[in-house]
Amino acid sequence: MNIVAIGLALDLAFGLLALAVAVFALRARTTYAAVVGFVSFGVLLALVWFRLGAPDVALTEAAIGGGLTGLLMLNASAVLRATEAAAAAEPRRPGVRLVALLAAATVAGGLAAAVLALPSPAPTLAPLAVAGAPATGLGNPVAATLMAFRATDTLLEMVVLVLALVGVWSLTRDDLWGGRPGRRHQADSKGVLVFFARLLLPVGVVFAVFLLFVGADQPGGAFQGGTVLAALWLLAIMARLADTPAIDQRWLRFWLIAGPAVFVAVGLAGLAFGVGFLGYPEPWAKPIILAVEIVKIVSVGVTLALLVAGPPMRPRGDDR
Amino acid sequence: MTPLQILSAVLIGAGVFFFVAGTVGLLRFPDTLTRLHALTKADNLGIGLIVLGLLPFAANALVALKLILIWILVLLASSTVSQLAGFAARREGRQR
Amino acid sequence: MNEFLLGSAVLVLAAVAAGLARVLRGPGDTERIMAAQLLGTGGIAALLLFGATADSTSAIDLALLLALLAAFAAIAFVKKGTTHECPGDADAAAAVAPATVSGPAAGGDQR
Repeated sequence: MNIVAIGLALDLAFGLLALAVAVFALRARTTYAAVVGFVSFGVLLALVWFRLGAPDVALTEAAIGGGLTGLLMLNASAVLRATEAAAAAEPRRPGVRLVALLAAATVAGGLAAAVLALPSPAPTLAPLAVAGAPATGLGNPVAATLMAFRATDTLLEMVVLVLALVGVWSLTRDDLWGGRPGRRHQADSKGVLVFFARLLLPVGVVFAVFLLFVGADQPGGAFQGGTVLAALWLLAIMARLADTPAIDQRWLRFWLIAGPAVFVAVGLAGLAFGVGFLGYPEPWAKPIILAVEIVKIVSVGVTLALLVAGPPMRPRGDDR
Repeated sequence: MTPLQILSAVLIGAGVFFFVAGTVGLLRFPDTLTRLHALTKADNLGIGLIVLGLLPFAANALVALKLILIWILVLLASSTVSQLAGFAARREGRQR
Repeated sequence: MNEFLLGSAVLVLAAVAAGLARVLRGPGDTERIMAAQLLGTGGIAALLLFGATADSTSAIDLALLLALLAAFAAIAFVKKGTTHECPGDADAAAAVAPATVSGPAAGGDQR
């Protein structure tokens, strides 16, 4: 058996497994089962991305799909649990399902046709990015693209995250404004869960910081690190080692805007120094990028954690 | 093949064997708690043996440390989850 | 050696697939938690195996991340899956079933 054949078998196994888990997630009878299926699908997808040669995307997919989105949907399914019986009792409508199936198949078929119709080799700017990366002092062309060549996109992504959080907070009941998101978790402080959370937290923080610094030359980066930090904070909240913060606190709001603000400041400084908005003078490129990423990891972590935590549901003095 | 490669292959083969054994247990055991046992114990051992088999070929000490850290994390995670899931399963069984 | 590593990865994935087929259909929510666990551990194993055939070490970082997050996700599943309370929820358990559960049983519950 030669290596290409086994590699093909491996890719086929991944693809079929991912499809099977996706089908399960769609057909699951309870929301909880569907969420478990979705998170499993996210893990598989991360492995597929890795197989396709995109380790940075794989890291992001694992962090977001495997951790945060799963928790977000679990929270939603817990809130919806009261209506599960009513939803399951709704009459099935085959006509609607058929239309949905046709629409999904058309979109998938169109995408497949578009990808297969690309000339081979497909037009790509990747060689330019790889060639230009050393000028920024970064060994990872993905990091160079995100933080130098397409820095405006990255800046806008961070702003979008904050805007999304504002949207979530706008769902607060008027009298609860400034309160704490979610209900207080109960946990036995001598139990298995808390013990494990206590062990996991320092390891996780070290790993998040590691992802930040390794992202300069290898797959990684501040966004993945920030996602890990957010997941760790939520874990501490679930284990009752911390509580969700009241949303009108100054330090919270500072860290929410610190990331985009520092990025914008750096951009404007670039204008002042004559290298253009978000341009970096060559010998200073790597330190500047690193400084922005250090603030970004905390900012992204705080924003993502609050996004998953949701709108305030308790008054701020409530910390039972 | 060098002796190191043979040792590595044996360890990895044993690891894969335990994964398969865990799955067989998962498919054949009669109830939730026994299936949970098969899953967590066999898969832990499986991943541990695979990590041991890959250690000799680690590029440097940091990579070897990371491999061992992965094993420890998986061990901790599955023992915790098997405890918690066991509680949940027992409670589910009582409420049925 | 590389063929052996890739082949082992395929075998591990096949074992995971067989396990998933049974466990995802399983009657209870615990079965679903087990499915996620299986996928996480098997995925990490397969990743380590075919990552060893490549040159870079990014596979190991991804595996480490998956190990961390599999743990996190499993805790989240257990916490959010039980309808009333979680293991060790001493006050919640007492509040839900004060009269119906006898003393020793309630005490044994609170771990």
